[in-house]
Amino acid sequence: MELILSTVINGLSLGGIYAMIALGYTMVYGIAKMLNFAHGDIIMVGGYVIYVFMAFHNPLLAILMAVVFCVILGVVIEKVAYKPLRGASPLAVLITAIGISYLLQSLAQIIFGSANKMVTVYDFGSVTFLGATVQVSALVTLGVTVIVMAALTLFVKYTRIGRAMIAVSEDKGAAQLMGINVDGIITVTFAIGSALAALAGLFYLLKAPSISSTLGAMPGIKAFTAAVIGGIGSIPGAMLGGLLLGIVECISYKITVIAPYTDAIEFSILIIILLVRPTGFLGKKRREKV
Amino acid sequence: MKTKSKSFDMKHYINYIVIGIFTLVFGIFSLAGGHLSNSMVFLFEKIAISIILAVSLSLVVGFLGELSLGHAGFMCVGAYLGGKVACLLEPMLGNTAANLLVGLAVGGICAAVCGVIIGIPALRLRGDYLAIVTLAFGEIVKSIFQNTSDESFGGALGLTTPRYDKKYLFIFAFVLVIITLIIVQNFIRSKHGRAVTAIRDNEIAARATGINVTKYKLIAFTLSAFFAGIAGVLYSFSNYTVQSVKFGYNYSIEILVMVVLGGMGSINGAIISAALITFLNTKLATVLTGDLAVLQNLLYAIILILIVIYNNAPKLKSFRAKYNIRNLMSKIIKPKNDPSKRKDDDAKWDVVPTKIEMNEILSIDVKPQKLGSDKKEGGDK
Repeated sequence: MELILSTVINGLSLGGIYAMIALGYTMVYGIAKMLNFAHGDIIMVGGYVIYVFMAFHNPLLAILMAVVFCVILGVVIEKVAYKPLRGASPLAVLITAIGISYLLQSLAQIIFGSANKMVTVYDFGSVTFLGATVQVSALVTLGVTVIVMAALTLFVKYTRIGRAMIAVSEDKGAAQLMGINVDGIITVTFAIGSALAALAGLFYLLKAPSISSTLGAMPGIKAFTAAVIGGIGSIPGAMLGGLLLGIVECISYKITVIAPYTDAIEFSILIIILLVRPTGFLGKKRREKV
Repeated sequence: MKTKSKSFDMKHYINYIVIGIFTLVFGIFSLAGGHLSNSMVFLFEKIAISIILAVSLSLVVGFLGELSLGHAGFMCVGAYLGGKVACLLEPMLGNTAANLLVGLAVGGICAAVCGVIIGIPALRLRGDYLAIVTLAFGEIVKSIFQNTSDESFGGALGLTTPRYDKKYLFIFAFVLVIITLIIVQNFIRSKHGRAVTAIRDNEIAARATGINVTKYKLIAFTLSAFFAGIAGVLYSFSNYTVQSVKFGYNYSIEILVMVVLGGMGSINGAIISAALITFLNTKLATVLTGDLAVLQNLLYAIILILIVIYNNAPKLKSFRAKYNIRNLMSKIIKPKNDPSKRKDDDAKWDVVPTKIEMNEILSIDVKPQKLGSDKKEGGDK
């Protein structure tokens, strides 16, 4: 019982991180119609920025700087690498995104070396809850994720910029005719996605206080899996997919026989979902137009 | 007219000829007892493997227009299964050509089966799903082979494989390169290949003309996976051990860089850049050691980004038209038959067309500048 409870809470917390990253993917995919491969590596950049600013022993400053830096980085990447390719074939954009991801990873390795860096942002300790011992940081992660998710849903539904985002994701041309600054909206989307990635980086450091240049690669792919499971382009879908994947991962790690194959199991879920229900749980089916 | 269509066009066969002559020269030299240093032979084997990988990936990226990030994963399947079969057969067949052939067949077919399994869910969909599924596949394969028991596939230490006689292996490897080229190039120029390029250019239009899109996508993807498996088997014969760590994401990206650098949709480009990058890699590996080894990855990343933006950015179109290698070449060497001067009967139907920019053709009549210039002319009169 205790084991189940702690596994589920850990799973939800990990799922929260995935959901946070998946949100960035899903929003960028919905609006710019591109798969931002570099998104996972922004998590890693966020982690390193926190590492650097923790020299001042002020977690809040470090977190703030990480968010600001990641937002600037995300916007710069969008302007420099993706904007010139708007209107080009999707394949070209995808390859550029992979190039950016590779660039960030190798730059980080050059700057910080290939060895893992240790950094403790804040030690929350642990708490015993109904007999199960749970890290408080896991609860904090879960709480922050839920708040961010709710805020984002409200933002998209009720603000001008949020509604403009929906319009752009529905039809770029029509949105432009309605007087929406499409380029501006895409920039805002990248900024939000990068800020979420920075937070995800923070949560990774809370979970395990070690950071390397490939920190973001695997979570990035898994978060995309989560986004596809939930239905790409859907904000609640990203949340659902992320939490589901997190729980699956934590349960799989607890079962000794299949523990080494956890990654394989998660990706098999992706393949099965694509086979059975390509639009995911909450995704909408779009008709193809010429 | 008939004689013309039958005429031997050097352009189509130049890569066979170059590689054939290369193989013959070095093969005879090696067989006649000439001394080729170990590092050189190893480099030749590596180049041959890279060429097979690049050409097969080029089929997916350049001609099908989909992105595969798990090419190293298919290679891993080929290397492990082909290598294992070769290991098991070694007591019976010895380290002979027969053993190599059986290994190649098994490795290639296993990789192709994996290609079908991965391709069916991913290729039915439009968009970037194939990229993510192949990426996931690469990771799955890696983790599965890493966690095998020591007796079956060697686990984390890797599978020990029979190293083929280095006097002959590179000759086999280059013969395989030529076979790969024959199959891939003929596939591209065939009816199936045309269907594949049609899907790349406009999937909806291709479907409207009655092309079974999923089927042709699957054929191209499976063929590509098959050759990746073949390259993997060659790898396992050219090394003493096969370790799954080697076939990670980075290796897939390296192959992608070869294809992109060579020019997407150009087989010869892929061959040249595969040879060049492999050569550079071995040279750089001795210069850049330790933490500096990352500089190589950085270089690849920058090459990838710059080339894709230069080749695809809509705003750089006029710049591209002015400054490209083809223009420079045509200034130096006057082309015998300028394509623009060709009459319709001389048009070559066996050449795969490059991507047709449909939007441009459709929008030619309604360009505002044309209307403006017409008015001006009218005013002058």
